[in-house]
Amino acid sequence: MSEIPGDLKFLKSHEWARVEDDGLVRVGISDHAQGQLGDLVYVELPEVGSAVKAGNGAAVVESVKAASDIYSPVSGEIVEVNELLNDKPETINEDAFGEGWIFLVRPSDRAELDELLDANEYEEVIENEDH
Amino acid sequence: MTEQTVLNATHRALGARMVDFGGWDMPINYGSQIEEHHAVRRDAGMFDVSHMTVIDLHGARTREFLRHLLANSVDKLKVTGKALYSCMLNERGGVIDDLIVYFFDEAHFRLVVNAATRAKDLAWIERQAQAFGVEVKERPDFAMIAVQGPNARAKVLDLLHEVDRPRIGKLGKFAAAAAQGPHGMPLFVARTGYTGEDGFEIIVPREHAVALWEALAAAGVAPCGLGARDTLRLEAGMNLYGQDMDESVLPWEANLGWTIALDEGRDFIGRAALEQQKAAGVPRVMVGLVLDGKGVLRHGQKVLTANGEGEILSGSFAPTLDKAVAFARIPAGAPGDVRVDIRGREVPVRLVKYPFVRDGKPCEGI
Repeated sequence: MSEIPGDLKFLKSHEWARVEDDGLVRVGISDHAQGQLGDLVYVELPEVGSAVKAGNGAAVVESVKAASDIYSPVSGEIVEVNELLNDKPETINEDAFGEGWIFLVRPSDRAELDELLDANEYEEVIENEDH
Repeated sequence: MTEQTVLNATHRALGARMVDFGGWDMPINYGSQIEEHHAVRRDAGMFDVSHMTVIDLHGARTREFLRHLLANSVDKLKVTGKALYSCMLNERGGVIDDLIVYFFDEAHFRLVVNAATRAKDLAWIERQAQAFGVEVKERPDFAMIAVQGPNARAKVLDLLHEVDRPRIGKLGKFAAAAAQGPHGMPLFVARTGYTGEDGFEIIVPREHAVALWEALAAAGVAPCGLGARDTLRLEAGMNLYGQDMDESVLPWEANLGWTIALDEGRDFIGRAALEQQKAAGVPRVMVGLVLDGKGVLRHGQKVLTANGEGEILSGSFAPTLDKAVAFARIPAGAPGDVRVDIRGREVPVRLVKYPFVRDGKPCEGI
């Protein structure tokens, strides 16, 4: 298990959110989640310009084993998606917290960020899952 | 209570991700399922399949009993060590399980049946065996390791006692023989498998299984989990019990007609139902599907055809092909353009003859 970066916020469903310097929110799934899913083979990305709602499905990742909805941690507009994942979905397996990001949101309600788990709280979630 | 094979601690020490599989705590992968899949297609991989149930049958009337119990004909087994794949049916022709039967001598045959169906299989076999005075003996004292891939046989042969190598090296497909493994351990080596590659399935006394596994690992055989086993057998066009067929399905509807022996005068369980359905017309057929676009075909997805709906049985991303393939059961008759409902989206798929992959290569037309 790789270290969970302290600057990330999380949903219980294993998505991470990072607030960038320009205020945009980058979203991906945790290293723990990619490990649970196994080798990823397909990512269905949202459309740039589409609206997302916090807690609603915005993308789908498919591993050999299963398909999983990816929920957006915040509401807003999709401003960029990680096109690299179209050809190399395994980037999520290799670098879930970095190169394997999935989409970038312009948040419409920054207060939603306060609802998310911090790294310590998320770590507790996955520890409880393992028992 | 989850059961463990004798190799459980070995899997955990290798960092395997463990899952419940039919009541057994088994490795699904040791890191990357796709790399394990490729190891078997390109070199050699090994699987702990000790969860499978080994049953020895003893008694003078064992062959006669198996003629009654199995839908394939044990009369095809004439030489010691020869193996046969068969379905075991109920009176309605539904598949109770699929299995391999090995012939030792007229008073001793061996069955290897699935793990998830162990209890019902044993109960059924014991009940049917009574009338024939056949003793049904489960062999939990055995473990089983499948070694598969183009280099699998050579790597296993190197570990055998040298007097055994020429004989085991010449073993034909679907044949088995005893041999001495590392440190003189007694092995039962069968040239069978569930991956579409050449290789052996080795039955070994429990107490020697860890040593055998370690000797194979030292010989460069990659540990592979049940995840890779599933994608390998799907590419190879092999059915999985519980997903591709069960007691509600007759073998005609699961592409298992090739395993049915309607030999003259043999009264096996389920025969009447099979003949009746064959005469009346088989309502559903099992077909192969390929998705050329993006996405993954999965168990339970709806299949739309000109004759109505069917469903995906086994479906997965196929690592050798780098696209998704599936088995589906659809209404009989010309299906027209076939589509699959993937999360509300109708995606066109191609109907193909399978296997999808044989001996490491995609089959023609896939």
